[in-house]
Amino acid sequence: MKASNILWKEKLAGQIGQTIAENLSREIDAFETDITLRKQGKLDERLFAETRLRRGAYGQRYDNGQRSDGQKVQRLNFPSGELTKGPNTMWDAPGMQRIKIPAGGLNAAQLETMAELAEEYSDGIAHVTTRQDFQLHYVQIDDTPSLMRRLAAASITTREACGNSIRNVTACPYAGVCQDETFDVTPHARALSRFLLGHPDCQNFGRKFKPAFSGCAQHACGLTSMHDLGLIAAKRTNAETGQEELGFEMYVGGGLGAVPYQAKLFDAFVPPEDLLPLAQAIARVFARHGEKKNRNRARIKFLIQDLGIEKFRELVREERKILPFDPRWTEYIKEAQAEFAEAPLKPSGELPSLVAIESLNGNSDNFKKWIKFNTRPQKQPGYVTVTVALPLGDITANQLRSLSDIVRRFTKETVRTTVEQNIVIRWVSSSDVRELYSALQTVGLGDPGAGALVDITSCPGTDTCKLGISSSRGLASELRKRVGEKSFQQDAAVQNLHIKISGCFNSCGQHHVADLGFYGVSRKIAGYAVPHFQVVLGGEWERNASSYGLPVVAVPSKNIPQVVTRLTDRYVAGRKTGETFKEFTKRLGKAELKTMLEDLTKPPANDRSFFSDWGDPREYTLGDMGVGECAGEVVSSIEFGLASAERELFEAQLALEKGEVEQAGSKAYQAMLNAAKALVEIEYPDISSDPGQIVSEFRRLYYDTQKFFDPFAGGKFANYLFDAHGKAGRSYTEESSRYLIDEAQLFIDAAHSCYNRLGTLVTV
Amino acid sequence: MRYAHNAQTRGITFPAAEFQSNSLQHINVKLLLKDAENIDLDAVIPVFHSWIQGQVCEELLLDVADYRHVHGGPGIVLIGHEADYSLDHTDNRWGVRYNRKTAVDGDNQNCLEQAARAALIACGRLQQDARLKLHFKDDEIEIFVNDRLLAPNRKETREALTPELQAFSERLFGGSDCSLSFDGDPRRLFRVFLKAPRAFTVDELLDNLAS
Repeated sequence: MKASNILWKEKLAGQIGQTIAENLSREIDAFETDITLRKQGKLDERLFAETRLRRGAYGQRYDNGQRSDGQKVQRLNFPSGELTKGPNTMWDAPGMQRIKIPAGGLNAAQLETMAELAEEYSDGIAHVTTRQDFQLHYVQIDDTPSLMRRLAAASITTREACGNSIRNVTACPYAGVCQDETFDVTPHARALSRFLLGHPDCQNFGRKFKPAFSGCAQHACGLTSMHDLGLIAAKRTNAETGQEELGFEMYVGGGLGAVPYQAKLFDAFVPPEDLLPLAQAIARVFARHGEKKNRNRARIKFLIQDLGIEKFRELVREERKILPFDPRWTEYIKEAQAEFAEAPLKPSGELPSLVAIESLNGNSDNFKKWIKFNTRPQKQPGYVTVTVALPLGDITANQLRSLSDIVRRFTKETVRTTVEQNIVIRWVSSSDVRELYSALQTVGLGDPGAGALVDITSCPGTDTCKLGISSSRGLASELRKRVGEKSFQQDAAVQNLHIKISGCFNSCGQHHVADLGFYGVSRKIAGYAVPHFQVVLGGEWERNASSYGLPVVAVPSKNIPQVVTRLTDRYVAGRKTGETFKEFTKRLGKAELKTMLEDLTKPPANDRSFFSDWGDPREYTLGDMGVGECAGEVVSSIEFGLASAERELFEAQLALEKGEVEQAGSKAYQAMLNAAKALVEIEYPDISSDPGQIVSEFRRLYYDTQKFFDPFAGGKFANYLFDAHGKAGRSYTEESSRYLIDEAQLFIDAAHSCYNRLGTLVTV
Repeated sequence: MRYAHNAQTRGITFPAAEFQSNSLQHINVKLLLKDAENIDLDAVIPVFHSWIQGQVCEELLLDVADYRHVHGGPGIVLIGHEADYSLDHTDNRWGVRYNRKTAVDGDNQNCLEQAARAALIACGRLQQDARLKLHFKDDEIEIFVNDRLLAPNRKETREALTPELQAFSERLFGGSDCSLSFDGDPRRLFRVFLKAPRAFTVDELLDNLAS
């Protein structure tokens, strides 16, 4: 644990309400209190697990306190002993912190913050994910409140980065500058992200929900087909006015995972003003009708499959009709349009001539390759985007600082992360390209090949993921070395192929939409487990990931480089004119492809290297796999409400100890209100936070019906709430605060009992 | 037994109120490698795994992370609970780095000693491992403080800490007159470069710390 943790809260307190949003600050304080409560055994581990997941604090491999060292399974004796931060998850075990970056947008100061946090709380590396997030690994749970406060000071939140919530809203990194887009989707993506963050209608999902935006239908950048909610910029002519209107094609129910689903068209044209309310209505239907018990069937794609798209559409439309009007539906879009309008720093220019490139002593080849793969003309003449290719999505703290200098020097800090785990610098004057390249190259960020064969995407796999079966990063690293320079000499058709690798069938590496996809599996050979990858061929990255690849055969990890060579060689030799890799593999068919790779499916005799994975000399085992936290625990909003009551009461006690009697009394009263509201929400999900309404509804639903009555004490505990409510607004004395805290504790205990009695009847 | 465990530092909790600016917690010590371009870095990974198998350090050792694919990065990291050990490549300089993550009991001199000793013991182990052929630059050490709040990298911190660092370097280098230089970039971690007038072996440096 960092020695400075206690000091950060103090240091940043002055920024609350200025650079740190008040609600974010309160959230982090609440999370810190939850950490204390968990350590004191006053918060259930299951509830704490979902609480931390909803703040992006995820588990990591070996956090069950066991690790195979290659010879035996070691028990990891952490100092905090048996204290857990979730079921079978040791408190001290390092974890992963996911950081949401809506639409991938960052400025220079945020890059610097990321650098500081990577250095001080992680291992010096920040990792860009396949959903435009950042991740830091090997983070201690006790450090996360400080880390979150420092992020909040840079206007970044980790809220709902994991867990059963609305995940990062992704968008095409070229939005606003792409030559082919219909219009800039960025403000809408930012508005949707802001609107749904912490929204009460999004707190009761059985699983996660991922939205994505694309500015066009033909390119890959938005990957809308594989998202729970996909939005593609669209244009139509109004039949009555003859005027052009902008809106969105809306898709729902896409997703990868073990069995990938293509999203279905929900509406061919959604006007911008209806985007947020429709998303809200979808969230409500998903929360109400989605599966809660069986997490394997809890994504919205299964609900849509079960109901059928027509019925689902009908339910959403009905829900939309009854939604109370919310001014934020349009305000947020207007605000985002104003806030995220981009402009260039430098005047437009021209790309360097071939002569100028050749004059780069000994470096012209790399520069030419870099120009070809890493730059892209913007729709604004004289400007290009530059893609910084990050190996395996990794960037060091020093590189992040250098990158922040570079983007300040050449742009107005217009940077986006990408789903290919890279970073795009936008609004670079074409005449600055050579200087920018030199600056990037100096700090090791000038590798060519962005988006090419060598730019391999990989999930964390067995490096840090509890669910990893094979070493996806190890394989990606090996393929990068082997494909590397060679790929630029290969046929142009091969240069542009995509390789994507997942450590298991859950598809975080997006292998389904790659030309050459691989996902980790294991096979037993001669009594030993051998790491393998299933070969998945012919997925389509373009057209927003419009079709998925065909699983062909499982091959030992150590033979995968040969698989890549064999397939690419055959493609170059055997493809018809203009034939894509997808078409080529389809023409060959699964049987032929399998035959082609058959000899690679068995490890050579007496080669022990096949019994360990890439980059890991330990004998391979599946014993290190843990239980995934991807779905988190299904914890109802009622449980969260009761937990917030406990937290408020805890703070009331602390206030009383400090002699802050007014604060103590009002917090104890608020704790009772929180508990009452949690129960009311079972039958009245739209209950407001108005104390009068909460007490009145609680009386109607629980007191008058005697549902809240204790078998022995009857309605006694409910009367504590009514009394406190009746006296609200009066001053508290030390004595009255103390009594109220005691009564609040009894009321909260009674609320728990009531919820437990109702438990089997409640589906939320 | 030279490389045996030293102070019992695992799991120490440090009262928050005692922390002030310029407290030297989370100290990193880096010893640079000679002829780094000739080192077989692949061989380091099984060596670090063998350290986990034997739990040979005073810290609880957990895993190995390989970041050689990034330029000037953390290299190969042996992740521990209380500290990480790495064959570090920050600033394109290969060296063995000890990164203390949990608080250490005692004053600044104790904290510096603890980190330097751990780094030197690791260097000794690596030098003695037949699978590797590592040699260290024996007259130069880098010290970082991996906490910007406790030790912000600015002039005032440098001035406040110079006497402490001088005292420590004199002790480490057996009374030799060492030079201290600092990294001046305020965005980076507080970092001091200690340079001794002559070469020292790892054993000599450990002896100096013990005396």
